[in-house]
Amino acid sequence: MHADVEAVRKSVRTYMMIGGALLVFTAITVAANLLHLSVPAAITLALIIASIKASMVAAVFMHLNHEKRWIYGSLLLTVAFFIVLMSVPLFTLMDSTGTHVTGPVAAHEAGAPPDEHAGH
Amino acid sequence: MNIPYTVESRPDTGLNNGKLGIWLFLASEVMLFGALFSTYIILRTTAPVWPHGELSILLGAINTVILISSSVTMVMAWATLKLNDWAKHRLYLIATFVLAGIFLVNKYFEYAEHLTHGEGPWHSTFLAIYFTLTGLHGLHIVGGMIVMAYFIGPGAGLWKRNPEQFANRIEFTGLYWHFVDLVWIFLFPVLYLL
Repeated sequence: MHADVEAVRKSVRTYMMIGGALLVFTAITVAANLLHLSVPAAITLALIIASIKASMVAAVFMHLNHEKRWIYGSLLLTVAFFIVLMSVPLFTLMDSTGTHVTGPVAAHEAGAPPDEHAGH
Repeated sequence: MNIPYTVESRPDTGLNNGKLGIWLFLASEVMLFGALFSTYIILRTTAPVWPHGELSILLGAINTVILISSSVTMVMAWATLKLNDWAKHRLYLIATFVLAGIFLVNKYFEYAEHLTHGEGPWHSTFLAIYFTLTGLHGLHIVGGMIVMAYFIGPGAGLWKRNPEQFANRIEFTGLYWHFVDLVWIFLFPVLYLL
C-alpha cells in the first residue's frame, strides 16, 4: 500500500505535464486548421494529432500503461470490432447504387425502354 | 452476504468487479460513438457539398480546453484520495463538476445560436449529425455530473466506512470521465475544423 501511495505521489507531476501537453496539442490542432491544407491532408493531420492526444489520456489518465491483461484483451477485441465498424462505409462506395448515371444504361437500369436518340 | 471482490482483486484476473465492469461498459460506449462516427463518414463522403465555417472554432476550442482541464482535475481528485488528502480531493471533484457545468453552458449558447435562426437538425445533413453527435456527448456529460454530484453529496459517506472502496469508485468515475473527454478530442476536429 505504501508503494502504491509513493507511485501516486510521483504520478501527480506526470498528470500535470500531460495536461499541459494536451493543451499544447489543442493549440497545434487549431493552428493546423489555418494552414488550409487539402481535405485528405487536413483529415490525416487532424486524426494524427487527435490520436496522440487520445493516447496520452488513455495511457496516463486512464492508467492503461500499467493495466492487467484482461483489460488489454477486452480493448483489443473492441478495437477489432471498431475497425470493422469504421470500414462499413467502404461498402457503400463499392457500387453505383444511389449515384446519378446518365445515358441508355441508366434508362435500362430504371426499367424503361432505351431512348433511341440518347447519345446522338 | 457481501458481494466478493468489490475491493480486493480476483485471483484469476487480478481485477476487482468495478474495474472490469467499467472497462466493459466503456467498450460498449466505443461501439456507440463508433457507429455515429461511421454514420458521419458515410454522410460526408456521399454528400455533394459539405459546409464549412458554420460552427464557432473559438467556442469549440474553449470547450476542448475546459474538458481537458476537467480531466486533469478528475485524475487529481483520485490521486489526492490515494494520498489521503480529503480536502484536496473535494476541491478537485467539485472543480471537475463546475468545469463540466461550464462546458454545458457553452453548449447551450452554441445550440441557441443555431436554433434561434431556425437551424436545427432538420436544416441540413451536417447539422443533423452535429446535433446528434454533440447531443449524445452532452447527455454523457450530464450523466457524469450526476455521478460526481452523488460522490460530492450523499456518496461521500463511504469514505469513512470503506475508504478503499470509495477510492475505487472515484477511479471508475474518472475512467468514464476521461472517455467522455476522449470522445470530444475526436469530435472537435471532425466537426469544427474539417
